[in-house]
Amino acid sequence: MLRRALLAAALSASALTAQALETKEPVTTFTLDNGMEVVVIEDHRAPAVMHMVWYRAGSADENAGSSGVAHFLEHLLFKGTEKREPGEFSKVVAANGGSDNAFTSYDYTGYFQRIASDRLDLMMEMEADRMVNLQLDEGDIATERDVIIEERNTRVENDPGALFSEQRSAAQYLNHRYGVPIIGWRHEMEALNLEKALAFYELNYSPNNAILIVAGDATPEEVRRLAEKHYGPIPANPELEARSRPQEPPQTAERRLVYRDARVAQPYVMRTYLAPERDSGAQEKAAALVMLSEILGGGQTSILTQKLQFETQKAVYTSAFYDATSLDDTTFGLIVVPAEGVSLQEAEDAMDATVAQFIEEGVDQEQLDRIKFQMKAQQIYARDSSDSIARRYGSALTAGLTVEDVQAWPDVLQAVTADDVIEAARAVFDKKKSVTGWLMASEEVGQ
Amino acid sequence: MKYILSCFLSFLMVSPALAEIEITEVTSPGGITAWLVPEPSIPFVSLEIRFKGGASLDLPEERGATNLMVGLLEEGAGDMDAQGFAQATEELAASFGYSASDDAVSVSARFLSENRDDAVDLLRKTLVEPRFDEAAIARVRAQVMSGLRSDATDPDAIVGAEFDRIMFGDHPYGSHYEGTLDSVAALTREDLVDAWKGALARDRVYVSAAGDITPEELAGLLDGLLGDLPETGRPQPADVDVQASSGITVIPFDTPQSVALFGHEGIPMDDPDFFPAYVMNVVLGGGGFEARLMTEVREKRGLTYGVYTYLANKEHASLIAGRVASANNRVAEAVQVITDEWAKMAQDGVTQEELDQAKTYLTGSYPLRFDGNGPIAEILVGMQMDDFPIDYAKTRNEKVEAVTMEDVQRVAERLLKPDSLRFVVVGQPEGLPDSAEVVTAPGQ
Repeated sequence: MLRRALLAAALSASALTAQALETKEPVTTFTLDNGMEVVVIEDHRAPAVMHMVWYRAGSADENAGSSGVAHFLEHLLFKGTEKREPGEFSKVVAANGGSDNAFTSYDYTGYFQRIASDRLDLMMEMEADRMVNLQLDEGDIATERDVIIEERNTRVENDPGALFSEQRSAAQYLNHRYGVPIIGWRHEMEALNLEKALAFYELNYSPNNAILIVAGDATPEEVRRLAEKHYGPIPANPELEARSRPQEPPQTAERRLVYRDARVAQPYVMRTYLAPERDSGAQEKAAALVMLSEILGGGQTSILTQKLQFETQKAVYTSAFYDATSLDDTTFGLIVVPAEGVSLQEAEDAMDATVAQFIEEGVDQEQLDRIKFQMKAQQIYARDSSDSIARRYGSALTAGLTVEDVQAWPDVLQAVTADDVIEAARAVFDKKKSVTGWLMASEEVGQ
Repeated sequence: MKYILSCFLSFLMVSPALAEIEITEVTSPGGITAWLVPEPSIPFVSLEIRFKGGASLDLPEERGATNLMVGLLEEGAGDMDAQGFAQATEELAASFGYSASDDAVSVSARFLSENRDDAVDLLRKTLVEPRFDEAAIARVRAQVMSGLRSDATDPDAIVGAEFDRIMFGDHPYGSHYEGTLDSVAALTREDLVDAWKGALARDRVYVSAAGDITPEELAGLLDGLLGDLPETGRPQPADVDVQASSGITVIPFDTPQSVALFGHEGIPMDDPDFFPAYVMNVVLGGGGFEARLMTEVREKRGLTYGVYTYLANKEHASLIAGRVASANNRVAEAVQVITDEWAKMAQDGVTQEELDQAKTYLTGSYPLRFDGNGPIAEILVGMQMDDFPIDYAKTRNEKVEAVTMEDVQRVAERLLKPDSLRFVVVGQPEGLPDSAEVVTAPGQ
């Protein structure tokens, strides 16, 4: 009875929410004469800003044999420039009460400072400086290479799940650089040098390959004035070509792998399928896959959880995941962590049977409506953090999408129908494009 | 460079006005108080609830009971089973998070203005009318035990457990709040009901909110939400003296990178020298890339991706502690550098430039923490748990500003004890001193 009462409340509420959403995100965009794109996200509740520069260059833009150079360069940008000593950048940020860091992914490298809004001028001056004036010597290279190798130790070598994931990605992509880890293969990281880092820097770090995002207490007028002052004078790099990376050939053979490691205490099975990503002006397929992943694995009432954790109790944990925002072909994944006494084969069979049954029976319209309502609400909650809005724009714009695509996305999601979801499921669940991986303890201590 | 820096420093003393955040205390007719920052511009509310005591209220033979109990609060309440509750939550697009830790049971809620009453009613049921269905107990118990099995081969979990055991011995802090495979397997429904009654009581509750709600509205919902909880629960645990002595403990584990925790007794928050210690820690290892340990261990020698220290101020004990991870053949050097820096700061304190920089960092970054309803509600409830006055946010930067070179010198000498500094290392470390003591991880 309560269920029904709440549903009624939810339905009436959804009308209200739709109204509230007619006020759009306070986002302004423009482009500098040198090609640098600018996004301003206003939030004047607090006198703080997030200043970010994203480069359309990530690990998947590296040359073969230099894996990890995009991330290595990210570290090296905290060394000196013609104007600043090594380490001075972060020191100045901290001395102004701010915090700074950077991140590298397949499709982008980004740098940010969170700081009081009256320091935006200084942040832009420093970030523009290191866009083109980086100064490195062999000493910086050697020590920082040790640091990234320790980072690889921390993130990957000490974590069997991460090692498994590397092997799985490598098997998923036959030709695309998404099959190579962002941090790099260890033997190639050990061979990274000044020349490789500078080659990546000189080609990719230029205003026509960068996006400036300012989120928080700043007006578009002020951002434009400061951006023209600091980034405006940097000339565009004419040698920069349109991004084109080796693409996947038709995938025609199912792949299976077993990764064994004595440090694994809880085995699991993970399946990924090659899947389409959001394309500019054509986000519908990706939207249907987002809904599919929510329906299958997004929380307590999802299909996998209901069947495998509640009904048959074959699993202690299940999930579905899909990364819609990607420049090239992405993946759709399923995970099942079996309950004690359930083998990986049984877990995998149960996973397949559950997905097959779902496609057969179709989408529960009430579940789809609940997911859509939650996504609408998410747009309200998201306004609490202009930083996360900034990250959403940055990752989309570096994945070949436009500001219009980002703004259309919520409506594209709301337009997905039950039939769209099933059609997307039939298309994506193609074993020939899949990798199935088992993560297990070593045989000696296996179950 | 120095010249430029000092310029920045001088105009930095003008901290952004954000620290002037206005916190309102509201009291319900039934006598429950809460701290609030109203912020009507986005139509939702963040609500934080803490019950002091948390997993440390476990009875010794029922370790893990509070944690499992908390995991079950969202698994069925009132007339709803687990699925019914999940569906009701989704229909409201609300989110409710429940977690246990050494000192608290934490409840974090977020709900839309347009269905606030329904959301609060749903939240109330989970706190006041949890069902603890046998099926749900079995399911969540299996999840907890799966996590515990993974911990047994996770370097971070292994080193954390041994470090806590050494520091806190038989006190609840000395063992893992999730319990052991044996203790969790033995928990009964009755144990969980007792743990619930023991932990969720009105005499230990702290509430805060930020977002689209008025003081009157908040006061009006508190009694409905929490009024039916018992007046009191289990007695709070006693304070504990930190038990570390100098030396290195090694837990052999086959993994390429050793993980080390280190530390000794710290300084309580109500100590007059707490702020000098806090500032000192920023210079030592707490302030990001500029801290001495980051400079010496990472920037100069490339021995690690990250090293840090922190003041751990728990309800019943204080530590100064840190963490580093280095390849097995390099960790001995990292341990040596950290030990040397510990001794150096104890002896010489910090430089004027370091002190100034730490202070401007702390005063400038403090207001930036108050960025959004979620973070504000969390800060507010944390301040209450720590017994801070309601105007703390306005005076905190003054306390940082007041710290002098002499203060830091005094507290460094008093707080940093190279003779008590204990390292616990998990991995296959090479080249550590022969005096290092080798122990076996539980469950190995």
